[in-house]
Amino acid sequence: MSNLLIYPILLPFGTAAASLLLWRKPALQQAVSLAGVIGQLAACIVLFSAVTEDGIQVLQVGNWPAPYGISLVADHLSVLMLMVTGILGTAAAFYARGELPDHLRAKSFHALFHVLLGGLSGAFLTGDLFNLYVWFEVMLMASFGLMTSGQRRAQFRGAVPYVVINLLATLLFLMGLALLYGLTGTLNMAHLHQKILSHEARGLLTAVAFLFMAAFGIKAGMFPLFFWLPASYHTPGIAVSALFAGMLTKVGVYALIRTFSLVFHHDMATTHGVLLVIAGLTMVTGVLGAAAQNAFRRILSFHIISQVGYMLLGLALWTPLALTGTVFYLVHHMIVKANLFLVSGLGRDINGTMDLNRMGGLYQAYPVVAVLFFVPAFSLAGFPPLSGFWAKLLLIQASLQVEHYIVAAIAVAVGLMTVYSMVKIWIEAFWKPLPSSGTGGAAVPYSGWKMAPVCVLAMITLVIGLGAEPVYRLADTAARELMAPQVYVEAVLGGGRP
Amino acid sequence: METALAIVSGSMVAGGIYLLLSQNLVRILFGLIMLSNAVNLVIFTAGGLTHTKPALIEVGRSVPGTAVANALPQALILTAIVIGFALLVFMFVLFYRSYESLGTIDTRQMTKSAPEKPHATDTTTARQEAGS
Repeated sequence: MSNLLIYPILLPFGTAAASLLLWRKPALQQAVSLAGVIGQLAACIVLFSAVTEDGIQVLQVGNWPAPYGISLVADHLSVLMLMVTGILGTAAAFYARGELPDHLRAKSFHALFHVLLGGLSGAFLTGDLFNLYVWFEVMLMASFGLMTSGQRRAQFRGAVPYVVINLLATLLFLMGLALLYGLTGTLNMAHLHQKILSHEARGLLTAVAFLFMAAFGIKAGMFPLFFWLPASYHTPGIAVSALFAGMLTKVGVYALIRTFSLVFHHDMATTHGVLLVIAGLTMVTGVLGAAAQNAFRRILSFHIISQVGYMLLGLALWTPLALTGTVFYLVHHMIVKANLFLVSGLGRDINGTMDLNRMGGLYQAYPVVAVLFFVPAFSLAGFPPLSGFWAKLLLIQASLQVEHYIVAAIAVAVGLMTVYSMVKIWIEAFWKPLPSSGTGGAAVPYSGWKMAPVCVLAMITLVIGLGAEPVYRLADTAARELMAPQVYVEAVLGGGRP
Repeated sequence: METALAIVSGSMVAGGIYLLLSQNLVRILFGLIMLSNAVNLVIFTAGGLTHTKPALIEVGRSVPGTAVANALPQALILTAIVIGFALLVFMFVLFYRSYESLGTIDTRQMTKSAPEKPHATDTTTARQEAGS
């Protein structure tokens, strides 16, 4: 029993409530909001160190014993995701402070922002499938609000498909959940693991597994269910879109990893075989889509999809090395991708547009911004010694190890295509002189609120790249926990009772 | 009874998906409502239908004396209904606001509609939008 697990969920909701109470005092609301994200980050760090020292932490909420009540479980994968949530939440909140005028108009911003963070933490910590559904809904509601908070026309255009598709995914998830409950009589993931070990209706379970795959696949933006993502991610404010890009699709990937390691382990040849094909297609379509785009954030949105393909690849290969690669990739990608969205905001502040045709001259006028773009962009493309290189190396090595040469070739080729996209942004926005039709030119002062989070995230990318060993070891531990769920099951069902 | 309910919820899902494929936002809305009710019915059916007593325990006992209905699926449905209701209300407002803003409920028209005209009062927003 460890009460530490509740704080990363409780603190954001407390902050959200407080910021609603301070509706008429924007300055105070802002201060509470920043204090809230720092508090959550601290709670995540405490939980992280508890898990790395003492192993899996479990909290049976309300002291109800395991299969009957709701269990909160923190294993290495959960806490790694939580840590990144804390870091990105803090970075986005500080950046949002720099975007202040936009958000002063929408006073609900802080409340929605913290509810989103609380929902994310809940989704990463829960050990119960129905509870996971509830956390997904919490996140979804908050993200709907944030997505439309500017009430601009482009936002409505992006939000309508976003809302409809995500609602459909949720309903698929709920239907899968109902059928799974009908088949096994439980919704606790550890208990499900045991029940499915001895379950006879394997074919039915596989059918249900594909319902879950479709539901989480929509959330993760995997092929062919990704089209809502590039249609909507470029419409909200910069800080919000960075948080979405970093976190929301990755919750889908996390849910896929969790369910397809712990729950649906009965027919891996079928489920993980299909995942492998989908992973390859996701990588290719994402990167090809990006090549056709010509706006900063749209290119980045398409790259989220191709990167999700890499993560699914590791899950589909299902070897310890491949899963290590997936976890490493998740951590690396969330930080890098969020940072790229933040940098795109800096570029827009200077050039006044995100259309690459009308951007330019950033390198000459703002070399610091150029460096801050360079680090995450070439990390995303997989240049050594940045973090993306190690992540890709692990996955390609893992696919060669099990002799999946085609997937390995796709992974390498997609990496090269990513370089193409990043170089395109580099040349268009940073290298070429400002076109005469551009609106920029007037010196824009650096905003500390915006620069600080970008710098910190770039530093983290460098640290993960240069000191890959500790992160690798954490990812390796997480992967081994996923491959041998017995420890997880025992922690939830056996050792968790007071 | 299970068979009948399975057929009913199956056809509701089919109807919901059919409506979702439409270009009309109102039909899409009805499709989602239908789908959401179908899913609630699935939870109810998959949870097992029994002709037994409600899950109430007599005074002075700690376990029910006779077989009682499983209360968990009902609790799940209740949660799902509440959440689904909230989402549908949000969607209703969103569709209405986007109709006000974009002037159409046809999804094909919505994506095709002319690029943003800059507002006289809010040039930064329009500028951002043109570039995003």
